[in-house]
Amino acid sequence: MSLDHATVRRIASLARIRVEEHEVEPLRNELNGILGWIEQLNEVDVTGIAPLTGATNMAMAMRADVVTDGGYADKVLSNAPERIGDFYVVPKVVE
Amino acid sequence: MLTDLTIAQARDGLRAKEFSAVDLTMAHLHAIEKLNTRLNAFITVSHSQALDQARAADAALAAGEARALTGIPLAIKDLFCTAGVRTTAGSKILGPFVPPYESTVTANLLRDGAVLLGKTNLDEFAMGSSNMTSAYGPVENPWKRKQDETAVLVPGGSSGGSAASVAARLAMGATGTDTGGSIRQPASFCGLVGVKPTYGRCSRWGVVAFASSLDHPGPFARTVRDSAILLGSMAGHDPKDSTSAAVPVPDFEAACARGVKGLRIGVPREYHSDGMPAEIDALWQQGLDWLRAAGAEIVDVSLPYTKYGLATYYIVAPAEASSNLARYDGVRFGARENGEDLRDLYERTRAEGFGPEVRRRVLIGTYVLSAGYYDAYYLRAQKIRALILKDFTDAFAHVDALLTPTAPSAAFAQGENMDDPIKMYLNDLFTVPANLAGVPAASVPVGLDANGLPLGLQVIGKPFDEETVFAVSATLEQAAGFTALPAIRAGG
Amino acid sequence: MTMQPKYAIEGSTGTWEVVVGLEVHAQVISNAKLFSGAATAFGAEPNSQVSFVDAAFPGMLPVINAECVAQAVRTGLGLNARINTVSRFDRKNYFYADLPSGYQISQFEHPIVGTGEVEVELADGSTKVIGITRLHLEQDAGKSIHDQHPTKTLIDLNRSGVALMEIVSEPDIRSPEEAGAYLRKLRSILRYLGTCDGNMEEGSMRADVNVSVRKHGEPYRTRCEVKNVNSIRFVMQAVEAEAARQVEVWESGGTVMQETRLFDSGRGITRSMRSKEDAHDYRYFPDPDLLPLVLEEDWIASLKAALPELPDAKRARFIQSYGLSPYDAAVLVAEKATADFYETVAKGRDPKIAANWVTGDFFAAVNRLGRSIEDPPVTAAALGGLLDLMADNTINGRIAKDVFEAMVETGKDAATIVDEKGLRQVTDTGAIDEAVDRILAANPDKVEEYRSGKDKLFGFFVGQTMNAMAGKGNPGLINETLKRHLAAQKE
Ligand SMILES: [Mg+2]
Ligand SMILES: [Zn+2]
Repeated sequence: MSLDHATVRRIASLARIRVEEHEVEPLRNELNGILGWIEQLNEVDVTGIAPLTGATNMAMAMRADVVTDGGYADKVLSNAPERIGDFYVVPKVVE
Repeated sequence: MLTDLTIAQARDGLRAKEFSAVDLTMAHLHAIEKLNTRLNAFITVSHSQALDQARAADAALAAGEARALTGIPLAIKDLFCTAGVRTTAGSKILGPFVPPYESTVTANLLRDGAVLLGKTNLDEFAMGSSNMTSAYGPVENPWKRKQDETAVLVPGGSSGGSAASVAARLAMGATGTDTGGSIRQPASFCGLVGVKPTYGRCSRWGVVAFASSLDHPGPFARTVRDSAILLGSMAGHDPKDSTSAAVPVPDFEAACARGVKGLRIGVPREYHSDGMPAEIDALWQQGLDWLRAAGAEIVDVSLPYTKYGLATYYIVAPAEASSNLARYDGVRFGARENGEDLRDLYERTRAEGFGPEVRRRVLIGTYVLSAGYYDAYYLRAQKIRALILKDFTDAFAHVDALLTPTAPSAAFAQGENMDDPIKMYLNDLFTVPANLAGVPAASVPVGLDANGLPLGLQVIGKPFDEETVFAVSATLEQAAGFTALPAIRAGG
Repeated sequence: MTMQPKYAIEGSTGTWEVVVGLEVHAQVISNAKLFSGAATAFGAEPNSQVSFVDAAFPGMLPVINAECVAQAVRTGLGLNARINTVSRFDRKNYFYADLPSGYQISQFEHPIVGTGEVEVELADGSTKVIGITRLHLEQDAGKSIHDQHPTKTLIDLNRSGVALMEIVSEPDIRSPEEAGAYLRKLRSILRYLGTCDGNMEEGSMRADVNVSVRKHGEPYRTRCEVKNVNSIRFVMQAVEAEAARQVEVWESGGTVMQETRLFDSGRGITRSMRSKEDAHDYRYFPDPDLLPLVLEEDWIASLKAALPELPDAKRARFIQSYGLSPYDAAVLVAEKATADFYETVAKGRDPKIAANWVTGDFFAAVNRLGRSIEDPPVTAAALGGLLDLMADNTINGRIAKDVFEAMVETGKDAATIVDEKGLRQVTDTGAIDEAVDRILAANPDKVEEYRSGKDKLFGFFVGQTMNAMAGKGNPGLINETLKRHLAAQKE
């Protein structure tokens, strides 16, 4: 599977990374180089193999339903590039 | 020189009041002042905070309340969030970020009395094997080629700044993170001990995520024993990390003295690669001989899916990263580029904020998860990951640990291996499988190549059996008697 | 199976059937969020109930809240659904202003609850079973505020990370009425279980409405999803409007495109969402920060054992043990609070009289005054007290209605009002004899007519006597006395 120009544009858009037109071709070549190398995995027979999600086989521990966090609007906003009062701010979103 | 002491020696010296924690910290801060401009190992030096911590350590020592690391100056990879100290992840996008919280691992170190000197340089978001992708400039490896003192070598990556700082005696030890070899490969390149513990042994809470299922915090030190002391402090169950294991932390330092008598050490035949330099192969044989001489039995084993580890990794890690890095959008923290609308703001912020390697991996990760490609790439990779884990499980039914080279080469020069991303990826060929399987592994410096550059061997153990990894590593360390020093170092 | 004519749209090319499936997002009742320890209370100061986890700060990790899991299991049990002992959390990746991490933690491949069913009652007295496809746990997003600034959107993350249950129905719904009945029944079950307050105005229950239309016997045609409809009435209107729109599209030779639409409640129409997202590609994958969620059978059993009686069971019991009509029983069990109110009133009293009073005068007062069962104009205990005064003949039914109104007005209890106003029933036979004599004497012509066989006039004499006694006469004694006197005069 090899990426075409439009696919590079589409994934860059999905990933919200701006790519200038002149960057698309070099990027496409780089990505295809990597994907081509990854193709080696196609020689592995994975029939009947259950996928492994993570490197641990424990079950998940659960926490108690107690309020232990929050209540520090100033701290969660202290790094914000832009704020109005205690709100984060972005350019107006039209639905 | 205080900067030449091991952590174990410094611990004894502090308790014997031979010197104070402030003396020890000052010595390291001076070394940083002198050498960091050249090495670029630290992105941020927390001078006054370190001195405050040193003074507190002296007070604790005076009160007879010393803990495992009281007064020991350490460097922290700039991927660990540190309260009130800028944390960049080596990225422009986190340039302005000052976390209001302390990662569990650094909090554990502080609890045990450590002095944190500052935040070390790294490949951007830990994506790299040379420290060349950092937005804060490359790190120079303190080691030099005998024949070519002018070549600037890379310290390895991604924890290159941590490795360089410990090698150059700017810190007594350091934290790193290892997602595909990012502790072990720089340890090998810089003549250090580097340990990637079992997945779940050290909490990931407060560590900027690269690939959640592969990220492992761990220590760098100049001796096996020092790395055991550090891991003992860093490790432990953390209820804030769902993947943290609720298992007790054994006495790693004590395990270093166990020896290898009666242990079965596996030699995975698939780790012999054709292109591998003969001297690495020779060193590997040497390591096996040392272990045999110390009473271990050497057993040939097969890990048939190992060779697919790297390609599997380059699906799984970018996939997770593409999602983990979605939060860097210029809204709540970090750098922002303004745009015409929200989408434009996102796209400009992320194009400006991420370097080329991060962009490349985010795009690969986005692609392998996208509709129509998930099964062919991501799901297949997860199945091969299961086969790789099974390789280890099968091998560990017969042996107690595995011995392999850490990296396929010694440190290379800045600019080398840079033309093709895959060439760089190959650095992690031997280290990646342990990340995919979550098993503990360490790199131990055992010799020099013809250029006088350090080379490490990798010890891989069973899940939660770091003790055996330390026992084997300490045996290798003792047999190797590795005493070579880097050209650039404090007092050197 | 009912043979009644079903909801249908008569188009120019024939009759169309509506096919509806609902995805309901129900906010889980819990103290803290699904994966963080921040509070969930409604209406807090902006960003005050936000942890670093909820704002997706670097290095932050999710840890699951056991109560949210328990609530999902309870709900699954209440929907007669299969509980999956192993489920997983996945990331749904997309960028949005109020989605801080760039992904929503949800359950895609392996939800916590599998197939179940809900039985709904329809106006014609029939019932219908609506299939449940699944229920899964997921995080809510934050809130975007668009109207506070001319060029900016403000973001409040208080809701970010609050636990939601997404309850997906099968496309079994065939009319706006069924959609409404399903939502009411679902809300009732959630409230009984205490797993969601069902408050649609505050957004704690929202519905995505999937609508398609087809001719009878056809396979399903393309559906459209009407997003985030926030009242039952609007859901019913949205089904109607969207179905009508689709019929028009098909009949004018067009093709309905699969898309996401919004319901404009002001104009009663659906419209395409303006922000045309690039074809959604959510890149679901298992969240590597979380492990499989494994539930112990014993734990599920203990939750099951502690479940409250649910509306269907309660209704059956009301019919069986109180002898109520199916209609009255359905009305009384619709809200748990109403059922509890009724049972307090009925306890130790005549259950049918209690039901008549609750569904009659009491409901009328609630509606007239804009009160609610939680804030009733007369408490259940006070209403019971009124019924007791009738049962022991202290007052008669006619006076009771006046006493009830006085109770609503003054908040005093029935006995006090009866005493203060002297409304105690007159059982003194002398006084009744006297009143009867007076009435018969004053109406000799009517007595004559009665005697000549106009039995209907008996009611007239009763009314007159009661009026003469200011309503306080014991009706039984008045009847008896009148019969005796009229008979005597006949002879
Ligand atoms: Mg939905
Ligand atoms: Zn949902």
